[in-house]
Amino acid sequence: MAVEQPQAPAMARAGEQTRIHDIGYRSYDGPRLGRAYARRSLYSQSLRGAYGLGRSAKSKVLPMLLFVVMCVPALIMVAVAVTTKANDLPVHYTRYAIIMQAMIGLYVASQAPQAVSRDLRFKTVPLYFSRPIETADYVRAKFAALASALFILTAAPLLVLYVGALLAKLDFTDQTKGFAQGLVSVALLSLLFAGLGLVIASVTPRRGFGIAAVIAVLTISYGAVSTLQAIADAQTNTGAVPWIGLFSPITLIDGVQSAFLGANSAFPGGAGPGNGEGVVYVLVVLGLIAGSYGLLMRRYRKVGL
Amino acid sequence: MYDPTVARLTYRALLGRRRALILGALPVLLIVISAAVRGFSGADDQVAADVLGGFALATMVPIIGVIAGTGAIGPEIDDGSVVYLLSKPVKRPTIIFTKLIVAIAVTMVFSAAPTFVAGLILNGNGQQIAVAYTVAALVASIAYAALFLLLGTVTRHAVVFGLVYALVWEALFGSLVSGARTLSVQQWALAVAQKVAGGDLVTSDVGLPTAVILLAAVTAGATWYAGQKLRTLKLAGEE
Repeated sequence: MAVEQPQAPAMARAGEQTRIHDIGYRSYDGPRLGRAYARRSLYSQSLRGAYGLGRSAKSKVLPMLLFVVMCVPALIMVAVAVTTKANDLPVHYTRYAIIMQAMIGLYVASQAPQAVSRDLRFKTVPLYFSRPIETADYVRAKFAALASALFILTAAPLLVLYVGALLAKLDFTDQTKGFAQGLVSVALLSLLFAGLGLVIASVTPRRGFGIAAVIAVLTISYGAVSTLQAIADAQTNTGAVPWIGLFSPITLIDGVQSAFLGANSAFPGGAGPGNGEGVVYVLVVLGLIAGSYGLLMRRYRKVGL
Repeated sequence: MYDPTVARLTYRALLGRRRALILGALPVLLIVISAAVRGFSGADDQVAADVLGGFALATMVPIIGVIAGTGAIGPEIDDGSVVYLLSKPVKRPTIIFTKLIVAIAVTMVFSAAPTFVAGLILNGNGQQIAVAYTVAALVASIAYAALFLLLGTVTRHAVVFGLVYALVWEALFGSLVSGARTLSVQQWALAVAQKVAGGDLVTSDVGLPTAVILLAAVTAGATWYAGQKLRTLKLAGEE
């Protein structure tokens, strides 16, 4: 607080009385946690945000609902398998994500814009970069967070199936192998979908538009591919079916897992890709993941600077 | 009931920049697919009905309806600029009605017109299939636009809920629970198309009178309720 000077000064002496008050600011001399810590925080906050944790109650509704909807069919299948003493689960581990693809698509569409669009819209991206983190840290943290969130969403029902299968005393080695194959497949799916979703969402600051664009890319490509495959199959042009499958994300995953992870293809006529075509599938999937990472890096190199 | 200035602004918002890109990409994709299918397998009535029913009517029309219907009012409410519109001496139902007309027009242009072209490419309107599905797309455009415009005024997550309805309810539930098909805009539109085509290639689970009554009721009801919602609109902050 400024203390009033006791003697009333003349106007001529006013200049001598000006001074800077010490109001007790202290500089920080604790440990600096640095870049890795900031990146970890951004990752964990984005991951929590993807399920609405730490956000308003309203924004918890949709991700939690989708999570429950993903798990309920698995619970029902397990209950059926345990009570009827079945010899196998009604659905293969690798097939589960293909069946529930609408839920996964909706989850990516709702959470990818949530992760990046609001930072763009409220121009908070420059604030992140005023911290020790670099462009690559931001992109990696967001990418990893969305991929982890998707992995939790897709692996949880598989875990339910696996535990249920063991409770139903199904063959241990058989189930463990299927479970492991399922996990690899959903890990690939999570990376692919997270990359595509983030690239599309990072282009627009409008959340609604981002959602529509992500879902349009996922559904339209799947609708187009499955229609073409059905027609190719009906025309007994079976050789073309696997090649058409290269053009939509979910059929890409389907192709990879039916070529290398022992899954039965969901393609019409069960005509999944063979090993040769499977290599192309894997290359396309990895290329798409790397490509979306590169595009994100390019996008954030310029944004907000 | 129709305000040209509001209409002009809505057109500009809907067709401006990137939104027009995504609206235009879908019809182009449909036409490319139709051309590919025609080259692949030649003219075949069943294939034409499959492509138009499975891709155009089931996927493309709802998505364009969601983008146009919610896009007509959603972004304005989202960024708060709707208060400038609401503070003008224009009746709220008039605003809704004008935006509905614009949304319907945009949905029709971007969904029904390419459906017709795709139908012509696929089998040259054999057995009236192109015309039937175009009529279905036109009818569905009206109901979808009204429905999704209402969603745009009710919730900030209009796009998500619109897509949940279009993809989960109509596609997933409709294929599992037959009762869900009675309450689906797609089936109502198909009932009208069935009447136009007359053959057995286009079928619907709903009778024509029921379909027409439900279509009219949903469109009118949604428009009226959207007008009411806009009268008592509260601007929420960003969460």
